[in-house]
Amino acid sequence: MEETHHWRNIVVLWLVASLIMTPIVIFVIGPGLPPGNGSVEASGQVTDNTVLLATATPVALAVLVYIAYACWAFRERTPEVVLDGPAIRGNSSVQFWWLIVTTTLVLFLAGYGTVRLLADGSGGGQGPNPIAVPSAPNGGKPLVVQVVAQQWQFNYRFPGYGGFETNQIELPENTLVQFNVTSLDVIHSFWAYELGVKADANPGVNNVAYVTTKGPLLFHVRCAELCGVWHGYMFDQGRVVPKAQFAAWIVQQKTKFAPATKTLPPYSKTYFPQPLRRGG
Amino acid sequence: MSAIAMSVPAGRRTGWRKLIGFNMLTGIVLGIGGWYLGHFIGDHLSGAGLAYYSAEAGENDIAIFLGYLLGVVGFLVGLGFANYPIRRLLGHPPALAEHESEAEGLFRYFTLNTDHKVVAKQYMVGIGLFFFVAGLNAMLIRTELLQPNVHVFGANQYLTLVGLHGAMMMGTMTSGILGPFAQWAVPLMIGSRRMAFPRIESFTFWLLMAGEVILLTTIFFGGFQTGWTGYQPLGAQGTAGYDAYIGFFALVGLSMCLFGFNLIATITVMRGRGMTWSRLPIFVWAAYATAWLMLLAAPMLIAALLMGASDRTLQTAFYIPGQGGSAYLFQNLFWVFGHPEVYILALPGMGIVLELMVVFARKPLWGYRLAVAGMLGISFLSWFVWQHHLFVSGINADLRPFYMLSTELISLPTGFIFLCAMGTLWRGRIRFTVPMLFCLGWMFNFLWGGISGVFVSDVPSDVTTHGSFFVMAHFHYTIMGGLIFAFFAAIYYWVPKMYGYNLNERLGKIHFWTLFIFFNSTFAPLFALGFMGMPRRVVTYNAAWQGLNDWVSISAYCIGLSMLVFLFNVVWSLAIKREPAPINPWNSKSIEWTLPTPVPVHDFDKLPVFDADPYPYGVEPVPAGAPAYAPAGGTA
Repeated sequence: MEETHHWRNIVVLWLVASLIMTPIVIFVIGPGLPPGNGSVEASGQVTDNTVLLATATPVALAVLVYIAYACWAFRERTPEVVLDGPAIRGNSSVQFWWLIVTTTLVLFLAGYGTVRLLADGSGGGQGPNPIAVPSAPNGGKPLVVQVVAQQWQFNYRFPGYGGFETNQIELPENTLVQFNVTSLDVIHSFWAYELGVKADANPGVNNVAYVTTKGPLLFHVRCAELCGVWHGYMFDQGRVVPKAQFAAWIVQQKTKFAPATKTLPPYSKTYFPQPLRRGG
Repeated sequence: MSAIAMSVPAGRRTGWRKLIGFNMLTGIVLGIGGWYLGHFIGDHLSGAGLAYYSAEAGENDIAIFLGYLLGVVGFLVGLGFANYPIRRLLGHPPALAEHESEAEGLFRYFTLNTDHKVVAKQYMVGIGLFFFVAGLNAMLIRTELLQPNVHVFGANQYLTLVGLHGAMMMGTMTSGILGPFAQWAVPLMIGSRRMAFPRIESFTFWLLMAGEVILLTTIFFGGFQTGWTGYQPLGAQGTAGYDAYIGFFALVGLSMCLFGFNLIATITVMRGRGMTWSRLPIFVWAAYATAWLMLLAAPMLIAALLMGASDRTLQTAFYIPGQGGSAYLFQNLFWVFGHPEVYILALPGMGIVLELMVVFARKPLWGYRLAVAGMLGISFLSWFVWQHHLFVSGINADLRPFYMLSTELISLPTGFIFLCAMGTLWRGRIRFTVPMLFCLGWMFNFLWGGISGVFVSDVPSDVTTHGSFFVMAHFHYTIMGGLIFAFFAAIYYWVPKMYGYNLNERLGKIHFWTLFIFFNSTFAPLFALGFMGMPRRVVTYNAAWQGLNDWVSISAYCIGLSMLVFLFNVVWSLAIKREPAPINPWNSKSIEWTLPTPVPVHDFDKLPVFDADPYPYGVEPVPAGAPAYAPAGGTA
């Protein structure tokens, strides 16, 4: 009798807590989850984070409600006398259903994550031969931007515009962008936070990530892999701008860097990394 | 067997003459001598004219590595580790014990000692020391992060602190629970008088200490800039401080590997009569599951590091892409070790929590077989998840769905552990003693560690969280909130038996509540900072995040104060007040509490015979010859 009583209390408390918290998570916390709606991929990650958090909420609440209830209901009421609890050594049906429920949840999350990942690559680095390529908003080919990381800055090359290199980045709106990320020395990681893009920059490797931009946006680029002394200072900002403004910017940049472009090695997916020298 | 304990050599030295002989002092002297000898040889092997002499730094890696090597050899020889093999080679009969006599007093702790209880205490003090050093580094890191643009340390110093904190915590706390508590409790729990290989037991401890000292020498060589992961080719670029990182982690790896091997051998062959596999206390199972990981994962690390050392000295190019090497190779090898490593940290904590919950809920362990399956399952699955550390690195991108699945699958056996802990609480008679509070704290913290783990295991979500403070908060919830809380639970639980004095309960409760509150107040905001885009290991950050960072830093200082309460408690209770502990203060039914306090050198006057399961709560007195288990599913 007593245990039915406890079970009922726990289930009721859990249901109430979950019914309150899950909608709060989905409708209040969810839209504020990172990385925001700066790009199609970033919005996808927000959805993904919301699904994960909404799934985790009832699970976490089940454990918390149970522990809190157990600590209250099963506390020793006569501490001066040492008494044992009942010798319960398990319960096959509880164990069975726990296994079923947790397995279902895990398979759901793994399946959901896989579907989301394979749909558009989710802005993550996919190595030299990407399999999850999102389709461009207006058809056509993606805008290729090469991110060349080195200690301690990012440079950007635009192979579609003569392969010039600049230390600034602007992207046109509503465009599929293909980042070819590589490094000249050690491992860095190109993290364009608001765009939902993160791809490690490995020396001698071309790591491809896709992003579909939305409207105008200021985004932050930070290095997300420890790359030496000035790792903390390896950041810059970029902008997503209207297409006409981008066209003007790129012509201006191309002209500005034309003398330097002549001395650059020709555009390539990877570059022969610099010889290593000891530094502080 | 009990005769072993009495094999005290006649005519032992007394007074200062004790210091002459094989002990820590001799070890230090020979170690320093070995360092200079190695450095001398190294300098002559490779002069300044050779390419691998780093002219900018004025350092020679070969000399440094040889110095470390001969220094460690000298230290171990000075402690007496060469004596036994040499004696045997010269045809002397085997000696079974070294320095075990209680008559040697405190001196025992500074020698090669084969008493598992002495080694456990050596581990406890040694690990405690470096745990506090590494914790102090964390305080310094947080001091630097108080301000984005005003710097207390230089960028290089800051990264060295980050690396020292990470590497020292990882290397030290790998043996954090097993070192003191498995060495002490496992032989007692399985009814053995010693570990299977007592000299190796001592060896693993002194090797770890040598490693820690080597890591600290990095300060003299310019530090290292790579963090505890030591990624290449950044490591190949580093100053000689990186040699200290390699030396440290290689020694820790060797120590771990031998420790795991010793534990497996002990649990397999040293179990007493009647101690079947299905009667092993759950903590022994946790030690066993962990031991396999230690044995098999550590060689990966050692191999990865030796290749790095070879790049730095012998001019190979395993990790140097410009010369045909691969930066992925190190990442891959490191995480093949690194992911089992995090379960080496987590599993013993799970064992402690289940073992102690039984005592303080006063019920048998709920779902014993499920708990064992959970531990072995975690141990097994942890070999198949390592590339989740490399989701955005571009390595094997097509395999990411597999690693996402395997990583999420590991939450199933982890869920078993939670279910067993929760089931053990069910209708128990819960006593909120200090160890029990730490166990409940473990459940709370590890829950958030697990929930945040779902985000980092999911590739789309990991694109944001990878390399950010979110990941940092996640693993601090599992390691500090998990391992460290279980570590303190074990200390409060076993110290009265190990040292013979009670720890003050009021101070213990203050320690728990302050640690619990400030732990959460330190690390929960880090999830938010990571979500906002703050990368790990940065010396500066967006000024908008200063408020949260200051909150975190102040909370971290409060964790430091909480640790001081603990230190004060230890000194007060064990050195000043010295209130003798009763034989069995917790009314535990575990076998070690039936022994006198302190436990005699030979442990058992008569070796125990086991005829029932280890948790006879609620069924006393246990009738002789009763079945070990009541049928599952009978009640509740």
